[in-house]
Amino acid sequence: MANMSNVLGLIFANMHDSTISDLTKLRTMGSVPFGARYRLIDFTLSNMVNSGINTVGVITKANYQSLIDHIGSGAEWDLSRKTGGLHILPPYGHINGGLYRGRLEALAGVLDFIRHNDAEYVLISDTDVIANIDLKKVLESHERTDADITVIYAKTVCDAERARTKTILSVNDTGKVYDVLVRPEISGEHNVSLNMFLMKKEFLQQLIIDKAGKNLYSFEVDVLQHMLNELNIYGYKFEGYNAQIDCIKTYFASNMELMNPHVRKELFTGDSPIYTKVRDEAPAKYGLDSECKNSIVADGCIIEGKVENSVLFRGVKVGKNAVVKNCILMQDTVVGEKCEMNYVITDKDVMIGNYRSIGGTETYPIFVGKGASV
Amino acid sequence: MNHVKKEIVAMLLAGGQGSRLYALTQDMAKPAVPYGGKYRIIDFPLSNCINSGIDTVGVLTQYQPLVLSEYIGNGQPWDLNRTHGGVHVLPPYETASGKSWYAGTANAIYQNMSFVDRYNPEYVAILSGDHIYKMDYSEMLDFHKKHNADATIAVLEVPWEEASRFGIMSVDENDVITEFAEKPKEPKSNLASMGVYIFSWKVLKQYLIANEKDENATKDFGKNIIPDMLADKCKMVAYHFSHYWKDVGTIDSLWEANMDCLDPNVPLNLYDNNWKIYSRNPVMPPHYAGPNSKIENSMVAEGCNIYGTVDFSILFSGVTVEEGAVVRDSIIMPNTVIKKDAVIEYSIVGEDCVIGEGSHIGERPETTIDKDKWGVAVVGHKVNISDNAEVKAKAMISESV
Repeated sequence: MANMSNVLGLIFANMHDSTISDLTKLRTMGSVPFGARYRLIDFTLSNMVNSGINTVGVITKANYQSLIDHIGSGAEWDLSRKTGGLHILPPYGHINGGLYRGRLEALAGVLDFIRHNDAEYVLISDTDVIANIDLKKVLESHERTDADITVIYAKTVCDAERARTKTILSVNDTGKVYDVLVRPEISGEHNVSLNMFLMKKEFLQQLIIDKAGKNLYSFEVDVLQHMLNELNIYGYKFEGYNAQIDCIKTYFASNMELMNPHVRKELFTGDSPIYTKVRDEAPAKYGLDSECKNSIVADGCIIEGKVENSVLFRGVKVGKNAVVKNCILMQDTVVGEKCEMNYVITDKDVMIGNYRSIGGTETYPIFVGKGASV
Repeated sequence: MNHVKKEIVAMLLAGGQGSRLYALTQDMAKPAVPYGGKYRIIDFPLSNCINSGIDTVGVLTQYQPLVLSEYIGNGQPWDLNRTHGGVHVLPPYETASGKSWYAGTANAIYQNMSFVDRYNPEYVAILSGDHIYKMDYSEMLDFHKKHNADATIAVLEVPWEEASRFGIMSVDENDVITEFAEKPKEPKSNLASMGVYIFSWKVLKQYLIANEKDENATKDFGKNIIPDMLADKCKMVAYHFSHYWKDVGTIDSLWEANMDCLDPNVPLNLYDNNWKIYSRNPVMPPHYAGPNSKIENSMVAEGCNIYGTVDFSILFSGVTVEEGAVVRDSIIMPNTVIKKDAVIEYSIVGEDCVIGEGSHIGERPETTIDKDKWGVAVVGHKVNISDNAEVKAKAMISESV
């Protein structure tokens, strides 16, 4: 039986920051708000914890104050432990550390942390994927195929623009990977890497040392692609719901996908809940003449106007006679009376004055930065 | 372990059955009864403690303690998981001389004197676990110190016609208590005890020991300790409280207190970041309002899925209201499912219930024929109501039908 307490989880909190630069100006990819009460890292962390991983290191690079505020001691994910638990690994935390160019260099910076852990396996993961994945099954598959590296992937349709941010695999019937394309110029349905990789700890350590010696830093190019023939690289196909955030359009669309009851059911119900920081807000309150359709609303919201096809984070206030459509309003956004908003994303603590009207389009939602007053 | 001295320790009386809540307190003590969309009643005194700077709390349990003990756990939701102090659940226990249930409120504290003594406090706050209110106990403690009192009792002005339901204090011009009467037929004052006391621990301890020796005593604060101290001319003062306070001892008062959350004119602000009410948060996604849902004047907690109509109601976490179902003037406790086309009016529905398709629970007062028999209908916890069933006003359903 796969013993997940033998697996060390390592999360790259800053990977993909540049894909949604508006939202990561002041924070890491991992701490980007999502789905009315979550941050992207909640999915990765919860998947690890729900699968039985007890020790998680979060590798950071820049802008990580919001991430530290969010995950704190890790108590909300049950990662405030005597043995193992949550460890934040900032860039200059170790003697070999520093600002890194790719996953391998980042791992080289935390090599001591990896060495001192007595896990047998390491699962490395980015935070750009929204999914509820049972990682036990990945370890089972890894042991069954006797792979050196198991790459978690999903069949995904993507256009050329999205494909340029992806790693695409060709996989045979047994699951063996026989071709790897990194940021290719293609479109259509492909096996897209979910940027989660499982391997033996000893193997990873050796890999880090070898590549660092040659000044190589890219896990996809220098390992997956260039070592494809000498290594046993297998794919694990994840068939459940997944969304990969790679631009503001997909960020917007995957938030909106949460209106689909099947998506919510797959992501949030059952025995593997998605944990997040608790804010102790009172339940959402609806006023006289309020209206709310096809929307997800977090605790602490006070809705007195009309809301449709929108995602409202904790503590959002919608004033009387205001109309909010197709919007993502982050924590503590205040929408004044008689405002009209359509296709708008507001960051935290945004204040929209009374009688304002703001509108974007589905392909180009308007973004209002953190703390702004309109 | 050596204990760090604490200035004040709170003892929270949470063993009460709340028998007038019938089906709702069949398997849980009254302080564990859900309130306000996400809370349990005990969240209020516990949050008041931590917000007032009291970090050492003993919770005395007796009646159906499982839900309550599990809920309090290590106290983390209230920041009461502490190296020194924190929250401790104190059930009755067996000693060398035998077993003994808590015979009364005073006896419950008497049996836990050694718990209080471990912290060597100057003062002890005795709180009741079944009231909804926000109160800064540190201000009350300042008042107690300023008056150099042996006991301070928090009092609330109540309407004269209701005064005979309470413990009533008469005070002089300096708020010194001159007389105390437990539920008097002809009240001489309308200052009611809120069940919130601060005592100087040394003094209280003497009275607890003396009371315990008196075989005829009922071992109750209101019936023994307060009158005994008053008779001995201890210095007892009344601390006036003029904010929201509600005893939720009956079905009607529980319904009303919940509805107070929806009334903008009621001064109980649950959205105040400076005095948060903490609770154990369920791990659930935000609530979803469906494409044809109608939600007005209501509170809706996380994990709810609403496809029907919700008006003047409180929905706890994880409640589903299916298409065509209507919930009006009602309280629906966690994880209950209201099936298609069911109608719920003036009702309290417990946790984990299934209300069948097309059923009708409760009645509106204006449509009831016999107005005297009208009242809020109650469906107990874990009850299934079959399709098209009808539950009358004031009914109390504790078994599936």
